[in-house]
Amino acid sequence: MRAYLPSYEMKPIRNLTEALLLLKDEPGVWRPFAGGTDLMVLLEAGKLAHRKFFNIWGLKELKEVTVTSDHVMLGALTTYGELQEIDVLKKEFPLLCHAAKETGAIAIQNRGTLGGNIANASPAADSPPALLVYEAEVELVSTAGARWVRYLDFHLGYKRTVMGADELISRIRIPRGNAGAFQYYRKVGTRKAQAISKICFAGMGSLKNGVIQDVRIALGSVAPTAIRCSKTEAYLKGKKLDSHILSQARTQIENEVAPIDDIRSTAEFRSTVTGNLLEEFLEKLSTHVELD
Amino acid sequence: MNLNEVSVQFVVNGKKQTVKAAPMLRLLDVLRENIHLTGTKEGCGEGECGACSVLMDGKLVNSCLIPVMQASGCHITTIEGVAGPDQLHAVQQAFLECGGAQCGICTPGMILASKALLEKCPNPSESQIREGLAGNLCRCTGYMKIFDAVKRAGTLS
Repeated sequence: MRAYLPSYEMKPIRNLTEALLLLKDEPGVWRPFAGGTDLMVLLEAGKLAHRKFFNIWGLKELKEVTVTSDHVMLGALTTYGELQEIDVLKKEFPLLCHAAKETGAIAIQNRGTLGGNIANASPAADSPPALLVYEAEVELVSTAGARWVRYLDFHLGYKRTVMGADELISRIRIPRGNAGAFQYYRKVGTRKAQAISKICFAGMGSLKNGVIQDVRIALGSVAPTAIRCSKTEAYLKGKKLDSHILSQARTQIENEVAPIDDIRSTAEFRSTVTGNLLEEFLEKLSTHVELD
Repeated sequence: MNLNEVSVQFVVNGKKQTVKAAPMLRLLDVLRENIHLTGTKEGCGEGECGACSVLMDGKLVNSCLIPVMQASGCHITTIEGVAGPDQLHAVQQAFLECGGAQCGICTPGMILASKALLEKCPNPSESQIREGLAGNLCRCTGYMKIFDAVKRAGTLS
C-alpha cells in the first residue's frame, strides 16, 4: 500500500553547515535524503518508516572530486553515472567504475550516489566490494569535526553502521598505487541490468615468478554486510597456483562466507558461485602479465 | 492546504510551472495529475521499468523516484516536449518507421532514453543501445524493432 504522503516532511537545506546544525540540534529526528533510489522505492511500497528528511541533493560541498598524488577523494554525492566518467577511476580503479555501471540502469545511475550506497548499508550493494578491495576510507562529519573511518570497519552488522545520529558521510577516500595489478569484478544477478546481486565479487592481485604477492578479495550478498575475505587472502599469499591450491582456496572461501536463502537466491547457490568466481578470478590472475 | 505542502517551481517543456504539493509527492504524479501531462506513464512505480522516464536537466531519470521538492529549479522534458512545432523528433520518426511502438506504454520512456543516449553518443553501437535502454522494459516488441529505430534515428538526426 502506498504511503500517506502528508505525514512525510522534507526540509530544504542551503549548505553543509546548515545540515550539520540540524543533525546536532535534533539527532536522529532528521535524516539525509540524497538521490532517493532506495528511499522512494520504500515510500511507494508504504514501507518508509522514517518520516522527516532533509534534502541534501545538490549540496556542492558533497560533490567535489579531488585527486592528489596519493588518493582520490570522492564527494558522497558523486553519482554512479559520474563515477564512470572520472578518468583516474577508469585507469586505476576499474572495479568501482564496473560496479557503478552494473548498478541499476542509466536512470538509476544518474541519481544513485556513492555515499547513499554506503549509508543505506545493504549487503547486496554493488560498490562496497570494490571499496573494500581498494581499502577505502569514509569521512564522517558533524559539528564536532570530521573523522575518517576505514570502510572495512564501517558496517557493524546488517544495516548497522558506526555513523552517529549527528553525522553525515561527506567524502570517500581511496588510496592510489594499484597500477599494474590484475583487477576483477563480477556481479551475478537475474539479468544484466536493474538486478540486485545474488553474489558480487571484487578481486585484485599481483604475481611474481608465478607466486601470488598481494591479493585482495571482497564479496557482496553473501553475509550480513559486504565482506573482505582475509582468511582466503592469507591462504593464497605466497602460493603458486595449481589445482590443489585452487581447490583448497575454494574450500576456504566457502567457509568464510555466510550466505542465506532469500527472495533472490539460496545459500547453496551463493556458496557454490562464490567458489566458481574465486576460481575464475585466480585463473585469470595466473595468466595476467607479471610486473617487473 | 496541508501544513507540510511546499511550493515548488520548475520548467516543464520550456514552460514555467509552480505547484503546491507534499514535498515527497512523486514528480510522476505532479506531471500527470497537477500539470495534466499524461504522456509520462506509470509502470512499476519502483524504478525498474522506465515507463516514467523523463529528462531532468538533460539527464534521464525515473520520475517515480523523484520527490517533487528535488525537481525545484530544474528543467524537465517529457514526451510532450520532444517533437518540434511542425515535425516529429528524429527518434519519434524512426520509431514510427521501424515499428518500434506497439501498445505504447513503454514508448514515451523508450523515446526519452533513446534521446538521452543519442545526445551523448550520436552513432551508438548495438551494445551501447542495449545498455542505454536497459532500464526500459517492453512487453510487446521483443526490443529488436526498438533497437533498429534507435540506429535509424542516429542516421536521421
